[in-house]
Amino acid sequence: MSRLIAYGPGGQRRNLVGLGALTLFVATLPLWLNSPYALSTLILIGIYTIVTLGLSLLMGYAGQISLGQAAFFGLGAYGSAVLTVQAGWSPWLALIASALGTGLIAYLIGIPIFRLRGHYLAMGTLAFGVIVHIVLNEWKVVTGGPTGLPGIPRLTVGGLVLKGDLVYYYLVWLLVLVALVIALNIVNSRFGRALRAIRDSELAAESLGVEATRCKLQAMVTSALYASVAGSLYAHYMIFVSPSAFDFDTSVRLVLMAAVGGLASIWGAPFGAAAVMLLSLVLREIIPLLTPRGSGEQQILAYGVLLVTIMIFMPEGLTVAAVRAWQRAGGMRLVVGVLVRLQVSLRGVWPRRRRRKGVGRGR
Amino acid sequence: MEVERVRQQFGGVIALDDVSFSVCTGQVLAIIGPNGAGKTTLLNIIAGTLEPTAGQVLFRGQRLSGRPPYARVRLGIARTFQQALIFQNMTVLENVMVGCHIRGRGELWHAALRLPRVRREEEDLTLDALRFLNLVGLGSKADQDAAALPFGQQRLLAIARALATSPSILLLDEPAAGLNRLEKNDLAELIQRIHETSADPLGLRPTTILVEHDMELVMRLADWVVVLDHGKRLAQGRTEEVRRNPAVIEAYLGVEEG
Repeated sequence: MSRLIAYGPGGQRRNLVGLGALTLFVATLPLWLNSPYALSTLILIGIYTIVTLGLSLLMGYAGQISLGQAAFFGLGAYGSAVLTVQAGWSPWLALIASALGTGLIAYLIGIPIFRLRGHYLAMGTLAFGVIVHIVLNEWKVVTGGPTGLPGIPRLTVGGLVLKGDLVYYYLVWLLVLVALVIALNIVNSRFGRALRAIRDSELAAESLGVEATRCKLQAMVTSALYASVAGSLYAHYMIFVSPSAFDFDTSVRLVLMAAVGGLASIWGAPFGAAAVMLLSLVLREIIPLLTPRGSGEQQILAYGVLLVTIMIFMPEGLTVAAVRAWQRAGGMRLVVGVLVRLQVSLRGVWPRRRRRKGVGRGR
Repeated sequence: MEVERVRQQFGGVIALDDVSFSVCTGQVLAIIGPNGAGKTTLLNIIAGTLEPTAGQVLFRGQRLSGRPPYARVRLGIARTFQQALIFQNMTVLENVMVGCHIRGRGELWHAALRLPRVRREEEDLTLDALRFLNLVGLGSKADQDAAALPFGQQRLLAIARALATSPSILLLDEPAAGLNRLEKNDLAELIQRIHETSADPLGLRPTTILVEHDMELVMRLADWVVVLDHGKRLAQGRTEEVRRNPAVIEAYLGVEEG
């Protein structure tokens, strides 16, 4: 297992420890947080984490903004929905086919769109998102129009229909972990370095033989594959899709998730997704109290304020900022200190082992 | 490599006017001239950042026009920039590993699954990159953030990065600008080292084209000098000859008094 995971900047060990910790956390979470509402929120967080992972590759590492990521998410969801409901395909086959189709669309869109840079690229991707949203709304014969497409079958594994939320929770988070490992591998590879080089200086990257346009396209397609798979999972979980779940609002929320987690941070993705998801739940409670006729517009206003604040004060994202603050406060030393003291006070009862030296962090 | 009657026009301004010269394998050629003479423009044309308005660049008898910079790197033409342009968000070693990019073969999906060949390739590239870092004397700083290096060392890093592409032609754009005496000396020694010995890990001895202001450095390093003035080739020849050429002295070095 360990050989399948890349060495990160902090060494392979850090990634393995992180992965172990996350797996343990995710595996035990439903034991104490098992209300249906919490479970369904956690499933959605998992699904959004997958999209965020892809977006972080594209935005954080390759430095190419996408304000239309909800479109890929929607294409995956509708691909699965249409293929299973209208064409009667098996869900897994539909998932793979949708991902391939969405990847192809991303590739075809990427060719013209990467002639644009910076703000213009942002506008281009935004326009793509809007177009897809309109198509989902208007192509009624296939998509069912604004009322959506109901009756999507649930996923099955080996003849077993995944009915309960708990099973689905584990399936989604298993896929999140797989997606996370793949993203880590990509980032810590020759390709990942090329992406980071492009973000820093496209001119210098090309002068070293990096085909910038090709790399950007590959990053775009990868992020679209991530979004599409997440979209399929979404469709089979909700067993109903409608265009409103894949509008500009969603794109903004996805960018916010990536930014909160830290744009150039694979590990930030689950935290970003969780933070924004919880925020939107809180906002849904708060906004009606502030403005009686409050709706999505006020929510997006709040997102905007939050995004600007993060970009100004924590451009590397909440996760990185939190880690920094933890380090500055000597968090590790504090914990180790407490443990040592605990050991000292327990000396009588606890058989004392060799004392470990050099505990603490290198930096 | 040959540069044939290259002309570059930016609107009404003629930056280069029918400039021709050729460079022999293994030589160090210096392009000198006052500010605005078109030196960097010429370098950009050779590297492929600019397409000339007229004329052409031949490399091993092949026309280079229409090939983007990354394609020229694969042919063996590497360059550095005046501003160093190192990748700020990477370690020193990773910077050089980007230079090894074209030697890697792993595709994206290989990396995603971390196939055995990707692991092997990463190890190879790491070792290679370390050798180039040692060559420029930055081996001990491999794991530092590249942004934390002083400017002089960033220049050396940029050279290591360019060398990592195994170039047969190395284009250096004012490598000494903004460096202090000590750093200049390090730089000169480095250029001499990759030329005169087989210290280069891959034994490349790249032909070097050097755009430079610092005459002391040029005299020390160059075998051949091309002098540009207002986009025209004013003179060319062996370093010693050019130094004594009255036209050059007048245009560039200034008229000697007394």
